[in-house]
Amino acid sequence: MSVLVYVESEEGKIKKSSREAVSFAKALADKFNDSVTAVALGTIDAAELSGLGKNGARKVLHDSESEFDKGRISPVASALAKASEQESASIVVLPKSSLSDAAAAKLSVKISAALGTNLVELPDTSDGFKIKRSIFTGKAFKFERLLADKKVLTLKKGAAEIMETGSEAQVESFTSGISDADKDIAILETEKAEGDILLPEAELVVSGGRGMKGPENWGMLEDLAKTLGAATGCSKPVSDMEWRPHHEHVGQTGVKVSPDLYIAVGISGAIQHLAGVNSSKNIVVINKDSEAPFFKAADYGIVGDAFEVIPKLTEAIKAAK
Amino acid sequence: MKILVCISHVPDTTTKIKLTSDNQDLDKQGVQFVIGPYDDYALARAVELKETNGAEVVALNVGTQETEPTIRKALAIGADKAVRINAEPKDTQFVAKQIFEHAKDAVYDLILMGRETSDYNSGAVHGMVAEMMGIPCVTPVMRLEIDGDTIKMDKEIEGGKEKVEAKMPLVAGCQEPIAEWKIPNMRGIMSARTKPLEVIEPVGDGETIESLGYEMPKAKGECKMIDKDNVEELVNLLKNEAKVI
Repeated sequence: MSVLVYVESEEGKIKKSSREAVSFAKALADKFNDSVTAVALGTIDAAELSGLGKNGARKVLHDSESEFDKGRISPVASALAKASEQESASIVVLPKSSLSDAAAAKLSVKISAALGTNLVELPDTSDGFKIKRSIFTGKAFKFERLLADKKVLTLKKGAAEIMETGSEAQVESFTSGISDADKDIAILETEKAEGDILLPEAELVVSGGRGMKGPENWGMLEDLAKTLGAATGCSKPVSDMEWRPHHEHVGQTGVKVSPDLYIAVGISGAIQHLAGVNSSKNIVVINKDSEAPFFKAADYGIVGDAFEVIPKLTEAIKAAK
Repeated sequence: MKILVCISHVPDTTTKIKLTSDNQDLDKQGVQFVIGPYDDYALARAVELKETNGAEVVALNVGTQETEPTIRKALAIGADKAVRINAEPKDTQFVAKQIFEHAKDAVYDLILMGRETSDYNSGAVHGMVAEMMGIPCVTPVMRLEIDGDTIKMDKEIEGGKEKVEAKMPLVAGCQEPIAEWKIPNMRGIMSARTKPLEVIEPVGDGETIESLGYEMPKAKGECKMIDKDNVEELVNLLKNEAKVI
C-alpha cells in the first residue's frame, strides 16, 4: 500500500510540520512494507527536496511551477490527485494547515477517499484502519475506522517525531498540469510580517494577555522572544482590542500551537485559550494572580508582576546561553 | 442574490467536555449548544450583505430535531428561511454531501460557513462542498465584499494575510473579524417564530467512517511553582529538566 505525502514550504524551505508528516507517512508505510513518495509543489531549494529522504521519503515528486507559490487550494488538490493516480497511492498524508485542510477535503472528493483529520498517532491497521484524532481543539480524542479503500489523512502539528536518519531522496520532476479551472482565485496582494518566526510552526512561543496592560508594553515580550528565538502570540482579548494583529491570536478560535515551550504572560487561562495551547510540550505561566486557572495547566509557574519578572527572565536567559 | 449559510450546532466554547460512562459518546447533559462560533461570523456577514446589497439568506443545518433552537437563533439573527437536513451529522463527507444535494439545485451565489466547526475541527466541509459543486473555495476569510459578480476577500495566511478575488458562485470558510457578531433582538426572536423552517430527509450515501468511541486526554501533572525573585531557577529547569532552551 504506497503512501503519498504532501509537503508544504515557506520561502523555499520545507516546513517542520511537513517533515513530521513525512516521518509519520514513513512509519505508516513500514506497516505495509512499502515506501513513501513526497509531493512538493512550487519553488523549493533542491537540498531541501533531497533532504526529505532523511525524514523518510524514498522519492520526491517536484513540480516547480511558480503558480503553486500562490497558495491556492485547487491546484494543490488537483496535483495531489494526479500524483496519487500516477503512484497508485492508497493513502495520502497532509500536514494540517488552513490550505492543506481544504486541499485534503477537495482531494478526498476527487479520489473518493475517506477523510481522517487531525490525527494524533499512527493508525492501528490490525483490524481495518483505525485512527485517533484530536477533537474539541485537543479537549478530547475520537477513534474512527475509515471504511473506504483510499484514505486521505491530515496530521496534527507536533503529533509525530521528525526522523533524521534516512539517506537522500530521489527527486523527480513532476508535471501536475495546472488547468485554468484550478486558477479559480486571483491573488492580488500578500502582506506578511517580515523576519518573524511563524507562530504555527514555532518551537518556542511567548504569549501575552490583558495583564500586559497595553500594546506599548509588548517590547518587553518581544525582547524575551528574541532572546529565546521564539514567536510571539497573544490571547483573544488582546487581538480583539487590536493591541496585536489577528494572526497572533492563540486559542480555540485562533491559531492552535504545539511548541516545545509556551510561555504565557498575563493570561489568566480561559478554557478557549487553553484549547489552543494544550498540546504544547511545556507550559510556563507568569501571572500576578495566584488563582489564575492557567496554573492548573502549566508545568512551571511564577506568581509575580510581568513588568518585574520578564526583564529579569530575559537577562537570566541571556546569562545562561 | 441568494446566500446559503451552513451552521453547525456545537457545545458552547466554555463547555468542559465529558464523555458518557462507556466512552461511546459525549455526555450532553447540562451542555449549552450554540451556533458554531465561526459559523456565527459567516451568518453575521450574510445578514450585513443582505442589509447593504439586498439578498435572501438561507440558513442550513444538518441535524436532528434537537438542533431547532439553534436554527431558530439563526433566523432571529436575520436569516430569511432555514433548512434542516434531518440527520445526525455523522462525519464531514456526509454533511458535505447533504449540503451539496440541497445547494446544487438552489442557485446560490455564495455559500458561507465557518472555517471549521469548534467540535470536530476538520475544516473540511467547505472544501468538499466546493469540489462537489465545481466552484472555488476560499478559506479562512477575514473580509468579504461584493463588487458586481466578483467577491473580494482578505484571507488569513500564516503570519499575514492575502487580498484575493474570485467570481461568484463560491464557497468561503469564514472567521473573525469578517463581521460584527450579532445577538438576536426581541423583534428578531419574535419574527423567527413565523419564518419558514423546511425539514428535508437526508440523501443516503455509503458511509466512509465508523465511529469507535472517544477518549479524554491524560491529566496534567502538578505545576512547579518558582519564586518570582529566583527566575534563574526557572531558566535552570527549562534548560536541564525540560531541555527546551
